[in-house]
Amino acid sequence: MNPHHAGPRVVIGVGNDYRRDDGLGPLVVAALAGRQADDPRLSGVDLRVSDGEPTRLIDLWTGTDLAIVIDAVLDDNHHAGHRHELALDALDRLADDHSAGSHAISLGSTVALGQALGRLPRRLIVLAVSGTEFGFGQGLTPPVAAAVPAVIERACELVAEP
Amino acid sequence: MSHRADRTLDVRSLARVEGEGAMHVRVRGDTVEDVRLDIYEPPRFFEALLRGRRHTEPPDITARICGICPVAYQMSACAAIEDACGVTVDPAVADLRRLLYCGEWIESHTLHIYLLHAPDFLGYPSALDMAKDRRDLVERGLAMKKAGNEILELLGGRAIHPINIRVGGFYRTPSRPELAPLRGKLRIALDQALDTVRWVAGFDFPDFHHDHELLALVSPGRYAIESGSIATTAGLTFAAQQFEDHIVEEQVPHSTALHARLAGSGRYAVGPAARYTLNRQWLSPLALEAADAAGLGADCRNPYRSIVVRAVETVYALDEAIRLIDRYEPPARPFVEVPPREAVGYGATEAPRGILFHRYGLDADGLITSARIVPPTSQNQASIEDDLRRYVASRLDLDDEHLTWQCEQAIRNYDPCISCSTHFLDLTVERR
Repeated sequence: MNPHHAGPRVVIGVGNDYRRDDGLGPLVVAALAGRQADDPRLSGVDLRVSDGEPTRLIDLWTGTDLAIVIDAVLDDNHHAGHRHELALDALDRLADDHSAGSHAISLGSTVALGQALGRLPRRLIVLAVSGTEFGFGQGLTPPVAAAVPAVIERACELVAEP
Repeated sequence: MSHRADRTLDVRSLARVEGEGAMHVRVRGDTVEDVRLDIYEPPRFFEALLRGRRHTEPPDITARICGICPVAYQMSACAAIEDACGVTVDPAVADLRRLLYCGEWIESHTLHIYLLHAPDFLGYPSALDMAKDRRDLVERGLAMKKAGNEILELLGGRAIHPINIRVGGFYRTPSRPELAPLRGKLRIALDQALDTVRWVAGFDFPDFHHDHELLALVSPGRYAIESGSIATTAGLTFAAQQFEDHIVEEQVPHSTALHARLAGSGRYAVGPAARYTLNRQWLSPLALEAADAAGLGADCRNPYRSIVVRAVETVYALDEAIRLIDRYEPPARPFVEVPPREAVGYGATEAPRGILFHRYGLDADGLITSARIVPPTSQNQASIEDDLRRYVASRLDLDDEHLTWQCEQAIRNYDPCISCSTHFLDLTVERR
């Protein structure tokens, strides 16, 4: 465990790597897992992948001190590849229409459900990237792929914060 | 409330189904002229992706089609590849597969009952609204679902896209001490499942019945899950190898997807109600008792009561999981080798939503030359449309908002896993 950090921390990559830009979350988590042994900031961090099914997401972050959710979003207001960082109090911006992929209930609704059940992490931060392609297929679109290194670095910074 | 002669309702997305798709209803006067379930993209992408891959890869690749029922895809894929290669797995491995599948039924059914379907009957627009009022109920559902989740994590290596499953068996099988802690958790969940049956049996169900032919696996002596022959309520019985002789897929004008029909017959339905109707006598005594107490008879032809069948099947899956754990002896080997040969193999298993069919052609080196996947939701399309057509026709006096909501309920009766078979679901009710 990171010596500066008190409680459990989890990074959850939401998505499906056979649905183009929806594969962002799993790809970032795989990259974090690849560097976990060498980067002390990631020591003790639970790295998980989720398809976004709400009860599994809630289970993954219940009891954690910090949960970082990585997801791709549909977003008409920003260019593809635009990075968003949303804290818990701003998650109502994740309206239903912005959910991507094949999730039955949006991330915003999942957070609201977790709130109603008293099962939210102490801190919840969503690192999202605006995507364009969510149909069947492999590989991120170039703008989303270009955002990946910055998302990885930001996740590392956040888990290392005291 | 509005009853203009010419109007259209648009619902951007149909809530509380897995994935999204499109439904269109056109009404002229007091006549329902057209009902269409549009399916844009069946898993043809995965069929194309599989061609040229090794025969060991379908369980891992097809598990990605659906986050809710990855085990179903893995089990049907394994069954088909092993059929092609002429391999039979050890009985203890077959039991572990059944246990794994029970975990998926528990998870999927509980999710549908508590988060997707029950809100309809209790008048809540969503599970979130239900949770605000009845946190106790949602917590009970989540606890039951977690019990199924733990089976998947233990046997599958993780809850989504399990990684411990391979053609021929498992990469690693658990010891008895590893399985033992599950038993106590499942026993608690079983009591919660019995409470769930009593709870949903008390809902108000519309007086609505269908006459669809029902189709499910049957495995005399036990409730069909991971194996069996295919049977219909009309008395037809055939093996998975004959699936494509009896099930024909037709192109329909309004959809890019194929609609499945029984050759020489017509529409049919798969899923919990079909399974229950064709397998009721093989429920465990506890599950049968729960079914009787809930008022389920010899068959289930009211699609709204499918929630009761799901609850009974959850009792069965928990009861069966405990039985399998109690009698578990680790297999001598976690898997059998599956040497490839040039052949075609067929597999059919009971996904939570109904029969999931896979067929693979292999060459002598084990490369896949052809693949075909028929998910349950695409088999149910014609039946869903028929239900909707008749249901709407008898409720045209409702205003658009209520009619739309009831259409959504009629669709949710089938727990359509549209992420398996389509992409976006919009609902349009058009009145002329």
